[in-house]
Amino acid sequence: MLTVFLQFLFSGLTVGSVYALVGIGFNIIYNATSIINLAQGEFVVIGGLLMWFFTESLKLPFLLSAVLTILSAGLIGLLMERLTIKPLKNADLLLMIMITIAVSIVLRGILMFNFGKDPYVYPPFTEGEPLSIYGAIIQQQTLWVIGITGLCIILLFLFFNKTIVGKAMLACAVNPTAAKLVGINVSRMVMLSFILSAVVGAIGGMAITPISLMEYDKGPMLAVKGFCAAIMGGLGSNRGAVIGGFIIGILESMTAGYIHSGLKDAVALVILLLILFFKPAGIFVSKTMLQLRKF
Amino acid sequence: MTVGVFAGINALVAIGLCILMGYAGQISLGQAGFYGIGAYVSAVLSLHFGLPVVVSLILAMVVAAMVAVILAVPALRLKGHYLAVATLGFGEIIYIILNEWGPGGPSGFGDIPHFSLLGYTITSTTGYFYLIWGLVAVVMIFSLNLIHSRTGRALRAIHDSELASNAMGLDVVELKIKVFILSAVYASLAGGLYAHYITFISPSSFSLFYSILVLMMVIVGGITNLWGAIIGAVVITVLPELLRRFEEFDVLVYGLILTLSLMFFRKGLVPILVEKIKKLRGLAVVKH
Amino acid sequence: MKKVRKNFLVVCVVVLSIFLMFVNAYAKEPYKIGALFAVTGAASFLGEPEKNTAIMLQEQINKDGGINGHPLEIIIEDTKSDETQAVLSAKKLLEKDNVLVIIGPSTTGESMALVPIMNNAKTPLISCAAGAPITQPVKERYWIFKTPQYDLSAVEAIYTYMKNKGIDKVGIITISTGFGDAGKKALHEMAPKYGITIVSDERYGPKDSDMTTQLTKIKASGAQAVINWSVGPGQVIVTKNWQALKMGIPLYQSHGWGSKKNIELAGKAAEGVIAPLGRLVVWDKIPDKHPQKALLKKYTQDYEARYKSEPGTFGGHAYDSIMMVAEALKKAGPDKKMIRDYLETKIQKWPGTGGIFNMSPGDHCGLDKDAFEMVVVNNGDWEILK
Repeated sequence: MLTVFLQFLFSGLTVGSVYALVGIGFNIIYNATSIINLAQGEFVVIGGLLMWFFTESLKLPFLLSAVLTILSAGLIGLLMERLTIKPLKNADLLLMIMITIAVSIVLRGILMFNFGKDPYVYPPFTEGEPLSIYGAIIQQQTLWVIGITGLCIILLFLFFNKTIVGKAMLACAVNPTAAKLVGINVSRMVMLSFILSAVVGAIGGMAITPISLMEYDKGPMLAVKGFCAAIMGGLGSNRGAVIGGFIIGILESMTAGYIHSGLKDAVALVILLLILFFKPAGIFVSKTMLQLRKF
Repeated sequence: MTVGVFAGINALVAIGLCILMGYAGQISLGQAGFYGIGAYVSAVLSLHFGLPVVVSLILAMVVAAMVAVILAVPALRLKGHYLAVATLGFGEIIYIILNEWGPGGPSGFGDIPHFSLLGYTITSTTGYFYLIWGLVAVVMIFSLNLIHSRTGRALRAIHDSELASNAMGLDVVELKIKVFILSAVYASLAGGLYAHYITFISPSSFSLFYSILVLMMVIVGGITNLWGAIIGAVVITVLPELLRRFEEFDVLVYGLILTLSLMFFRKGLVPILVEKIKKLRGLAVVKH
Repeated sequence: MKKVRKNFLVVCVVVLSIFLMFVNAYAKEPYKIGALFAVTGAASFLGEPEKNTAIMLQEQINKDGGINGHPLEIIIEDTKSDETQAVLSAKKLLEKDNVLVIIGPSTTGESMALVPIMNNAKTPLISCAAGAPITQPVKERYWIFKTPQYDLSAVEAIYTYMKNKGIDKVGIITISTGFGDAGKKALHEMAPKYGITIVSDERYGPKDSDMTTQLTKIKASGAQAVINWSVGPGQVIVTKNWQALKMGIPLYQSHGWGSKKNIELAGKAAEGVIAPLGRLVVWDKIPDKHPQKALLKKYTQDYEARYKSEPGTFGGHAYDSIMMVAEALKKAGPDKKMIRDYLETKIQKWPGTGGIFNMSPGDHCGLDKDAFEMVVVNNGDWEILK
């Protein structure tokens, strides 16, 4: 009984961590710009596919590939921001969201062109037998995924709360005019937020690919679930996105395990709707904070 | 011609969404849900219960309206992104229900009866072309009347400022819900017509992808303009046909065209065209 | 002097043009057939090899002089794995291109959407999709044929093998798409006939990353074997999860497993996985005397030489469809009804990639469970089980 429960839990944690990272990606851009970037899922795919490219196709050493992947992802985030977001500084928020959707289609097209529709995989970061806890198996790569997610959270927390740049980014979201007045280069902060968000997404993709493979069109599903995670935890709260991501992952797993596997996607959505209807600010953001945000 | 039929079907959905977004200021990423409800309900009623097609279509619209009410009451208290996610979640849930419990499951089902009225059955594409565009015309007349009526002005007021509208005594909530129901009804009508035209449906036609497609149609055409919804629907439906020659590039080209048009034709094709025409005539128009 | 030369040139050009016009008039009209493949979209793993096969065969046939001297023209359209698109493309092929026959589409859903259209247009459709409803009930499928094996046949092949091994309790895990759903229905339908009880029935989505939950449930249910029914990355993920969980019971896959890519992606986890596969995938392991061997060898080698990848079972479905139509055109001529009749009556003991076809008025597919070999993965390669 315990074994089975733990197995479901581990499965939930595995997928939950990726949702958490996607959710964090949403938050970073949202915090700096109030835009919801629906191309976020594509960053995850880019991370996984590029990592494959560097390690398996170019046969570069692991660490070098990882660094290159992160740099490339950041570059793509930068390009996206410079080419499509910056020129439309004053546009309707709705239009911005639509543009991110259009960009996600373009990115998917490019990925399909370069990588085709096949799934790709590369070896886990560490080879070895899975661990067994009370009879439930947890693969080493899963531990990597969870660990890396944790590391990202800590680093981002330090960044946003302890560094000037991070605090400046937060200031931009709350009040761009005031931020400009104190000398913050808002446009640079926006650019940075896209780069950072792309990197976080890509890291998620890099970590999950050895377990679940990566194809060019995994993006939209991840984006939807990651977005749900962000909303559940309160849009803008990284802590919330992480917990939201894990909750969604575990809920899916438990539903599939104890109720019916066909329902698992629906359950996460239903819970999301309930939260939206009854506590739209999410679990961790107070209603006042919600009202202070502009849309 | 077949493209024309699909363009007309999409136009119906787009008009509904346009009223909701452009005039009432609400966003919906779940229109595919109502589209799917319309298709499945009408198909099942006419196929398994033997009801006449017209009756099935009407009942499908009624069901969609009821679902819309249930969704709208809690959902329309939300704003902006939250409403978007709520409607997205709704659309996804409908998709999952259809995939899991719809007749035939993911494989769908066929043999759906064609549209027939008073003993006359339409089976040719041309017939459907006229039927559907005829209905588009009816819907447009109705919708245009609505926009220019008191209700329409009330909707515009809500779009500009809910607070002010409330202060002036408008029942904001009730109006928003009504418009939401209207958009759902249009979408379900389109869905039913789709089912009876193509006689085979499966859940894959009613996914999030379609909701986003419809959203694109409205935006490309111009959110604030009803004619824009029709133009947008035609453009987006016809575009993939024109891009056939590009084969693997067509997704890329499609995305690029969308991105560029969103960036440069921000207000949507129709308002831009209207402005250009006015400029050509030498009229200086001060746009509000 | 110049004027004379100029006039001479003009006369030459005119004579040449007239000559060429006559030559063209005697050149034979191409035979046009349409092809609908899911080159992009969710089913592109089906559509791409099918399209490549079509292009390759068209070239080979035309290089050999065409069909009775007529060049073969295959007009390929991409359905993007979408039924609406399939309908639009079919209409275009029928109305604008006036094709004699349509090959494809790649998925059951798309094929079903086309049934009424093809019947109305009185044009043969040779689908590359597997679902039984495509060709049944035959009375209502006068113009519809298909070349892939029935899912039921693949299931029967598995169950027959299991019965010999004494397995009578299985857990099944299927993907929530048309393919998986068809497999699920077939698995349930055939189980009583072979004395098999399905003790666990799990599902997953096409983009899911982890199936350990479902497999854990199957393990706990007391099943003696697990059958996975999917195509795409899901097969690989299930295999890797199965190995990681050390389930201790054998894993069977559907006939969608037949691609070396899957072994490559699953790595060591694929060892011991059993599946019913068409002989195309294991052509080098079947005896030389087998009627299918020669054509399988040629097709595979030609395809690999040109496209640097294996055609896989799915490319083979397009091969079978096109070769059948080519033969019908050759023997019966460019008439839709004649082609249809030929397919229905003359494709007997016909070796193709999917198996040896026996079409008849009662069966517009012509394959049964003997089209499959039970194959196990051994040392990273296929091995036919006896």
